[in-house]
Amino acid sequence: MKPDQKTTSSQRPDPGQAQPQIRFAGISKSYDGTTTVVDDLNLDVAQGEFLTLLGPSGSGKTTTLMMLAGFEQPSAGDIFVDGQRINDLPTFRRNFGVVFQNYALFPHMTVAQNLAFPLRMHKVAKSEIPGRVKKALQTVKMDAFSERMPGQLSGGQQQRIALARALVFEPRMVLMDEPLGALDKQLREHMQLEIRELHRELGVTMLYVTHDQSEALTMSDRIAVFHEGKIQQIADPQTIYEQPSNPFVASFIGENNRLEGVVESVSGEEVAVRTARGALISARTREPLAAGDAVQVVIRPERVSLAGPEADSATRVKATIKEVIYHGDHLRVAVDAEGCSELVARLPHSDDLVLPQEGASCHVTWHRRNALAFAKPRGENV
Amino acid sequence: MRIAVSAFAILVLAFLVVPIVVIFPLSFSSGEILTLPTPGWSLQWYEDFFLNERWTQATINSVIVGTATMVLATILGTLAAFGIHMAKFRGKAVVIGILTLPMVVPLIVTASSLYLGFSRIGLVNSLTGLVVAHTIIATPYVVMTVLATVQTFDMTLVRAALALGANPYRAFREVVLPLIMPGVVAGAIFAFATSFDELVIAIFITGPGEFTLPRQMFAGLREMLSPTIAAAAVIMILFSAVLLVVAEMTRSYGERVLQRRKES
Repeated sequence: MKPDQKTTSSQRPDPGQAQPQIRFAGISKSYDGTTTVVDDLNLDVAQGEFLTLLGPSGSGKTTTLMMLAGFEQPSAGDIFVDGQRINDLPTFRRNFGVVFQNYALFPHMTVAQNLAFPLRMHKVAKSEIPGRVKKALQTVKMDAFSERMPGQLSGGQQQRIALARALVFEPRMVLMDEPLGALDKQLREHMQLEIRELHRELGVTMLYVTHDQSEALTMSDRIAVFHEGKIQQIADPQTIYEQPSNPFVASFIGENNRLEGVVESVSGEEVAVRTARGALISARTREPLAAGDAVQVVIRPERVSLAGPEADSATRVKATIKEVIYHGDHLRVAVDAEGCSELVARLPHSDDLVLPQEGASCHVTWHRRNALAFAKPRGENV
Repeated sequence: MRIAVSAFAILVLAFLVVPIVVIFPLSFSSGEILTLPTPGWSLQWYEDFFLNERWTQATINSVIVGTATMVLATILGTLAAFGIHMAKFRGKAVVIGILTLPMVVPLIVTASSLYLGFSRIGLVNSLTGLVVAHTIIATPYVVMTVLATVQTFDMTLVRAALALGANPYRAFREVVLPLIMPGVVAGAIFAFATSFDELVIAIFITGPGEFTLPRQMFAGLREMLSPTIAAAAVIMILFSAVLLVVAEMTRSYGERVLQRRKES
């Protein structure tokens, strides 16, 4: 333990909890002094966690990772790792494995030499190196390729080598910057599971940057959703998906139907919303809404179903089917709902499903707990 | 028409090559003066070249100055090019322009100002002075060739090396340098060649004791028009040809490495 341990821990708000491995404390980053790329970021990452930084491009997620890696300097705030402030620690002393989107394998070295590189830099005994290289290659199932040059490998194979190289020197954590971004969909999905498995096996902390929300949902212990330099929500995948904390998270993660309206009445978490086109629907909220507030109600397509007239009238809307798209395992049905705008329903394909006819009238319904109401940000009120 | 075009092309080629080709029979002449056709064949001028101390000393001087210039210019030029590529600052184009200025300034201007400057600090009539002067005119060539190569260098590799525990010096030596080597070697060859056939500055800065090969040839032309000059010229031409081949080989090697990277 470092001598400055005490001073840093005394600043912690909740000293009772276990020390986080990584702590961002009030981190801001601006390149030109006026636009802020990362804005007062506070984030704790536990030892052994798989945390994904998710967001659209320009949201600050990659900059955050680059500051942790030491490639960028924060404009304000401190980064702590194991209680030690690392702002001024150069990258090569940080001991983090980093995986890049373009793999960044050294093209003039064989696969084995690429893996030996970090071991040589960390002054591992020469006699130990071949064994550790071999073991790392076995971990990613690439031991048959040790004498190949990186240029002779496919993208997926190169990324496996890059992963092995980032792990071989037993770093304190592994940082990954869109590592699967250059791979095709099928390979990407396969690699997601493989990385997830590696994480379980090795227990090393992993920070993963991606703009792909399904990747984030598949792999993470927790997801931090970034937008405009701020974390919008940080939670486990299920919470992020089912209880988004604001409209941005709701629309960025997965698909959502959005209805504009005004609150008519509030009863606890339940609100009745009059949509812009006159329908009265019931929704749930965790915000302190009052009657008259302009709101946005979001409902996931897979929570919307076609129903008969016997369904709960508070969440039943008459509709006309506009378009039916057959996806094999599911149907996407776009309907023109009475009093609402267009809604999309995602219906699982089952044996007894009757294909809806375009132009036919029907009812759409959803459970009220699946309709989430958010106050519209000021300035956007219509 | 096609024949006329071909004939013209051959004429142009001859125009370019004849002055080089014609020196070969001259150097093997058995006569005492530079005339064609040669009265007979002999190796006497090569004998003179290799046995006459003025010529051997000039050759040794040229090789010493060329090698020293190559080493200095390559180190300075490579570091400058990589530094310029890495750094972000305003007026980068201006800095590159200033760095390459010695390439376009007439040699006679550089030579005369160097002569004035060097005579004050005692660098005239010395090989050291000539090395410094040649380094000034050779470095831009290295800067240009290395700059061209680092454009294709992926800076993520430096970040990867740093993250894997390499300090900046080792990252440069083990990752950057091997990958930009074709540009560095090409620059080094240019630097050597620039020094090896440079005459104007040599006239200003060297005394008889420090004559380089071009300077000695120039002296030979003025004093006694002996065919040894032709022998010296042939040796220089062959040497330049070898350099050209080496440069071409490193260039094509570099392209192959690049090709492999592209495939990846």
